[in-house]
Amino acid sequence: MAELNTFQYTPKDFKSDQEVRWCPGCGDHAVLNAVQKALTELGIPKEKFTFISGIGCSSRFPYYMNTYGFHGIHGRAAAIASGVKIANPELSVWEITGDGDALAIGGNHFIHAIRRNVDINIILFNNEIYGLTKGQYSPTSEKGLVTKTSPFGTVEEPFSVGELVIGAKGKFFARTVDANVTLSTQIYVEAANHKGTSVIEVLQNCVIFNDGIHDVVTGREVRDDRTIILKHGEPMKFGKDSDKGLVLDGLKLRVVRLGENGITEKNLLIHDAHESNPGIQYMLANMRYPEYPVALGVIRSVEGNTYETDVEKQIENIQKDAKIKCMDDLLTSGSTWKVE
Amino acid sequence: MQSSLKVNLISIMAKNSQVIKREEVVIRFSGDSGDGMQLTGTLFSDTAALYGNDLSTFPDYPAEIRAPQGTVGGVSGFQVHMGHSEINTPGDYADVLVAMNPAAIKANARWVRPGGTIIFDKDNFTDKNIEKAGYQSNPIAEEKLDNYNIIAAPISSMVKEALKDFGLEPKSVLRTKNMFALGMVYWLFSRKLKYTEQYFDKKFVKRPEIAEANKVALRSGYYYAETIEALNPVIKIEPAQNAKGTYRNICGNVATSWGFLAAAEKAGLKVFIGSYPITPASGILEEMAARKDLGVKSFQAEDEIAGICTALGASFAGYLAVTSTSGPGLALKSEAIGLAVMAELPIVIVNVQRGGPSTGLPTKTEQTDLMQAIFGRNGECPVVVIAASAPADCFHFAYEAAKIALEHMTPVLLLSDSYLANSSEPWKIPEMSELPEIKPPFADKKEIPFLPYKRNCETLARSWAIPGTPGLEHRIGGLEKTLRGTVSYGPENHEMMVKLRADKVARVADKIPDLSVFGEKSGDLLVVGWGGSQGYLMTAVRELQAEGYKISLVNFNYINPLPKNVREIFSKFKKIIVAELNMGQFADYLRIKYQEFSYQQINKIQGLPFTINEIKEKCINILEEN
Repeated sequence: MAELNTFQYTPKDFKSDQEVRWCPGCGDHAVLNAVQKALTELGIPKEKFTFISGIGCSSRFPYYMNTYGFHGIHGRAAAIASGVKIANPELSVWEITGDGDALAIGGNHFIHAIRRNVDINIILFNNEIYGLTKGQYSPTSEKGLVTKTSPFGTVEEPFSVGELVIGAKGKFFARTVDANVTLSTQIYVEAANHKGTSVIEVLQNCVIFNDGIHDVVTGREVRDDRTIILKHGEPMKFGKDSDKGLVLDGLKLRVVRLGENGITEKNLLIHDAHESNPGIQYMLANMRYPEYPVALGVIRSVEGNTYETDVEKQIENIQKDAKIKCMDDLLTSGSTWKVE
Repeated sequence: MQSSLKVNLISIMAKNSQVIKREEVVIRFSGDSGDGMQLTGTLFSDTAALYGNDLSTFPDYPAEIRAPQGTVGGVSGFQVHMGHSEINTPGDYADVLVAMNPAAIKANARWVRPGGTIIFDKDNFTDKNIEKAGYQSNPIAEEKLDNYNIIAAPISSMVKEALKDFGLEPKSVLRTKNMFALGMVYWLFSRKLKYTEQYFDKKFVKRPEIAEANKVALRSGYYYAETIEALNPVIKIEPAQNAKGTYRNICGNVATSWGFLAAAEKAGLKVFIGSYPITPASGILEEMAARKDLGVKSFQAEDEIAGICTALGASFAGYLAVTSTSGPGLALKSEAIGLAVMAELPIVIVNVQRGGPSTGLPTKTEQTDLMQAIFGRNGECPVVVIAASAPADCFHFAYEAAKIALEHMTPVLLLSDSYLANSSEPWKIPEMSELPEIKPPFADKKEIPFLPYKRNCETLARSWAIPGTPGLEHRIGGLEKTLRGTVSYGPENHEMMVKLRADKVARVADKIPDLSVFGEKSGDLLVVGWGGSQGYLMTAVRELQAEGYKISLVNFNYINPLPKNVREIFSKFKKIIVAELNMGQFADYLRIKYQEFSYQQINKIQGLPFTINEIKEKCINILEEN
């Protein structure tokens, strides 16, 4: 930790010389600010940060970061990021992706990166729409959404990001809102410190093609009553007047009002993000308005072995006792014969 | 059983075996895909190699791991061509065919030299198996093989007898049939059993009874062959007159893997391979995965695309990055190859070609991915394309591919094929100190601000700045950029960058060797080949030269860019014929590049290598025209 003092950065140190080209009012601007802020709090030298992205509006992100960056191809950021991290576990590797990039064309890489638990931080910008291609529905679009390619409404069920992460044996899942820079910054710091794949779903607003899609939950007037910010070790309480909470009722979560039917804070569930059994975390990740508040904060954060570390350990163990130490050893190993 | 056989034999040996010397011989082992023919062939060729013969092998197996027993579709073969002089191909026609069942006769009868020797397991020629193979009652008669040297050996019953005291399951006993057959062949070519016996001792170190059973079956076959007169005379092939040095047997896939490992060591880099299993390329991923002793990071990806994308990530992070695949997988990797072209990162993509299109003939050989390799991407997207031409030279061309990728900051596509991948031949082991230097253009740490697309004046390669290096932070990606690395949609900038990338690849021609001519530098006919057909073409051309024809051969390894002396060579011949295992892809490529010449073609699309005779016939026809 002595290093912490060595790297004194301000968010400005992470801004590149490129002009930010997202639409005015786009939620991406706030995400960029929160990430730049979070990086100053990590005590990691700037040259170790590497941002990898796929394709989509959010995937322009690396160009705006004064770090190493690689803007990839559609859906493949998780694979590229895995390669970078496995090659050099010393790097702090961040993947920037969207709902189409990660869950449609890149679904396969997304679940497998999570399954392997490669230590990368995946920020998934979820605006429930394809923005860069100008307004087609995405795998997270609500059923029935009218878009350019679903003029009569979609007829397919959306993915829930958290459900998919947990289903893929994910060990870290958090959710935040683009405009909430304070919460987002805390979450990015926590994700960076977590060893293993961290997935952060950002409820992000596309001001052009799906404007206000999250407002019903995240709007200034309603957000306190329709979201709950989970904190490890604290009771699950929410509401403008902090008068609501969550309890376990049989096998389901239930919203209760403090003071009603003798319910006090002691009856509320205490959030345990570190519990390896994902049962309650799974229910929390899947809470939808209006039945429930939408869960924000770190929902699941469980320790586990990381892929890149296990690879290095295996190599180290094998090399300890290996007879073959270099190419000349290999070339002359096994059956050979001499022609004089 | 064993000792009584021995006694029997000693008396027979007194009858004296006539020994004849031959220059070369082809042996084909053939049976059900569960009969262990690949192992039998491999053990035979290892013994031949250790004896000092030059040789070439070719496994020919069905895609199904266990196709229906006894059917022609389930026949698995392994051909070995060994000789006293230089051997370039696994041979067209077998002098000796070992057939473990009637289906093996059905599949191979046409590939046995007239009058050749056929050894078969007569216990396995039951009515049911004969019918399954598609015969009425007598495969030998129906194939008109009566004039051949037919040895109907009761292999199944002999191994049962030989192993009766071992207490093994009947299944395990019958599994040693292949060793009995191998023993017979060893006697036929007066080979020692010791290498194969050592193999079993090592392989079954924890199950000595299995090792012993296989050794007894092997010896029983050897003694049985000695006992029966049918196998006389014994054929003797003297060791080949190879150049001095230390040799080993190596197949194309292992040679390819080792070429990358050698290049990485030379360049002072670590190796990353990201691949998805696919026939016939999996052997490369398997060999690399086994090389943890040399620090290889091997990654079995969730699909072909993740294979190349993880490799590209590793390349960005400063590794020698490799991805290996076969035709269908190359199609899936196309977009990521485009990204590598745009990001100007070093990576080698190995395509072990197989019969296509689509799933095609997964276990058979073809050269049908040439156009895909050269052109198969969106946009103006040139990559360096190199083709290996023999199992052992896969090492050299993998090394060269890595060297070019690293020094020129470009993707390199290395073409191998199913035949090269699985065939093996003796290889004179190089010493690492003999191999050329590899010097990647790492960015100078003082180059701040680092401009990612600034180029070396000579090679046009950009510099390689590795994440983790302070001060060299930069962004690359698939969008068009200026030389400074800024995203740009500018029309003139795009045209300039497209031309720079093309020029960078074209300039690799300055570093590759001239094409060499096998034979006279002028003449009536120039045979042109590329990649894996070299051995067949060389053998055919050598024979035609000996017959007095003015014929020569060039075989291309560097496909893009082409060597600089092509035009000069082509202009010295009256006619040019391009021979390849496809419909004429290289011929068409040459028609684009060198329009002033006229090209005739020899093509074959049967999933099989050429035969010497079909090349010779076509060449003679052309030579004797007008």
